[in-house]
Amino acid sequence: MTLSILNISWQTLADGLELGAIYALMAVGIGLVFGVLRLVNFAYGQLVMAGGFALALASQWGWPVWAGIVLCFAVVLALSIAMDVLVFRPLRGHSPAVMLVATFAVAFLLQSIALLWFGSLGKIATSLAFLNRPWAISGVDIRKIAIVAVAVAIVCLLLLQLLLERTSIGLHMRAASMDFATSRMLGVRASRVISFAVLLSGALAAVVAVMLTVQSPLVTPDFALRDTIVVLAGVVVGGLNRLVPATLGGFAIGFATGVLGGALPTNQSQYLPTFVFAAVIVVLLVRPRGLFDFRRTVERV
Amino acid sequence: MRGVPVRSHLEELLGPVALVVGAALLGTLVSISTQTYFTDTLVKVAIVVALYVFIGNSGVLSFGHISFVALGAWTAGVLTVPPAEKPAIMPNLAHFLLHRHVGNVTSLVLAAVAGGIGAFVVGIPLMRLSGLAAGIATFAVLEITHNLLQYEERIGPGLNAFSSVPETTGLRQAAIGAVICVVVAAVYARSRFGRLLRATREDAAAARAVGASIYRQRLLAFTVSGCLAGLAGGLYVHLLPVQIDSVYLDLTFLTLAMLVVGGATSLLGAVVGALAINALDSWLSVAENGTSLFGWHINLPSGTAEIVIGIVMAAILILKPSGLTGGRELRLPRLPRLRPRVS
Repeated sequence: MTLSILNISWQTLADGLELGAIYALMAVGIGLVFGVLRLVNFAYGQLVMAGGFALALASQWGWPVWAGIVLCFAVVLALSIAMDVLVFRPLRGHSPAVMLVATFAVAFLLQSIALLWFGSLGKIATSLAFLNRPWAISGVDIRKIAIVAVAVAIVCLLLLQLLLERTSIGLHMRAASMDFATSRMLGVRASRVISFAVLLSGALAAVVAVMLTVQSPLVTPDFALRDTIVVLAGVVVGGLNRLVPATLGGFAIGFATGVLGGALPTNQSQYLPTFVFAAVIVVLLVRPRGLFDFRRTVERV
Repeated sequence: MRGVPVRSHLEELLGPVALVVGAALLGTLVSISTQTYFTDTLVKVAIVVALYVFIGNSGVLSFGHISFVALGAWTAGVLTVPPAEKPAIMPNLAHFLLHRHVGNVTSLVLAAVAGGIGAFVVGIPLMRLSGLAAGIATFAVLEITHNLLQYEERIGPGLNAFSSVPETTGLRQAAIGAVICVVVAAVYARSRFGRLLRATREDAAAARAVGASIYRQRLLAFTVSGCLAGLAGGLYVHLLPVQIDSVYLDLTFLTLAMLVVGGATSLLGAVVGALAINALDSWLSVAENGTSLFGWHINLPSGTAEIVIGIVMAAILILKPSGLTGGRELRLPRLPRLRPRVS
């Protein structure tokens, strides 16, 4: 059964939604840290990669699924805290270029460590593979992970929304990402807010790791690297300054990638990155401040 | 600017050129197998200097320059593979490229031209952007170039490596190429255009107020640095069998890190960063095969080089964010300065 006009099958649409949901979560993870630190964390993909390896090891050791997920969260959160203390803190307030390149160095470092420990062939995470099986919904086969991913993303985003709107730490975070200096003067604890944002972002990376390993069970040292690049493009296209546009940008680029990947004929689908990134360039040229950022501000001297 | 003594022109050129020539001379003293590291380092210097011309002077990050390196490598490579061997490594090559063949120097010049044209064409729309939007847009250029070169087998070897390109980039050719890049970069930085661009970097509004067109200055710098990147790509393909993934993300990150580690706002910084990181990298790669230092025998497990490089780069950026040189050019000692320092 297909949507005959566009020649897009329901599975393709589900793939698009799934990738969009995962990328939206990554976008939130990157956007949260950017909000309080003005730092684009390029090493975010390596957090996901570390989580992926944790899951792969757990399934290799024969651990139950829940234990693997706990290990994944533990590894990713520990790594996030280490990154915060060792890299983000000392760099706080430096120029964005230096911070970005420093996270390159961290990404490169983590990737090299993974290469040394696990080799370039990587490991396979199998414990959640059952989610890859299709689920027949009124005659249409849809892989379970697509539904799980969308559901998990919606739950995560709702929880995050509650946290940001209804708790004092959430209020502090929103204030800090609006104007860091002023919010500090009004009593927001800078390091607490930053640590919290980094932890939240790490937790999202762990969630993403679980879902990406279901989608592609082979975890290699460059796992999630491409996804990070695509999400970064999506986040900037959406508008990095605020969380909602950034998330929408992440979702949009994931959805577009997933749907185009399924809908293009094989001889064109190898040029998928060209289509996606050409679209990125066009959107950036037309709306440099972000596709979903509708505020009008004029830079003043 | 009138009244700048000739001495200070030379001074800014002196340090970087001396470093490049020194590295090349050092390379003549070592065994042939070790010499490859020096040659490779000099090609990297050329790439990082090309990055500096745009990033250093404009203050805008570009992740797209390695695509101009790739364009240069593809141009020089396709035109210098012996015609008899073309069908073997490039079976789907377009007809008009099958029988074209040029010499070493011509191929390098054409590589520079290709890089320059590529940068100019890309720059026309992209130089309107600044900040993160510019960074991501140049990244998109890298992705597109990589994707097209990977699958367009009519204009190159696709996923194959550029084997059987004449290996003409020895120590001498690499050194000459690096020096050319350094001189062009220094002349550009000293020119009216370089100064205008740096003015836009320091204070865009003020520069605009005195009539500098940010767009035009950036486009010019982008084109010049695209030329140099193309030249470096030509040198690279004549050094080793370049393959599409060797001119992609890893090279982008490494060369950018070298630039920032050295000090992005000075030519000296670009050269120092490239030399320092490459020296460390080369030494570690040698140590992975076993070497001795001050009588100690060292044999590092393979893969350590990347880890140490990563740690060192991160450490330098954290401890000294303005880079090893602090982003300043070399100044010879002199009497107390009477005029304000430029750049």
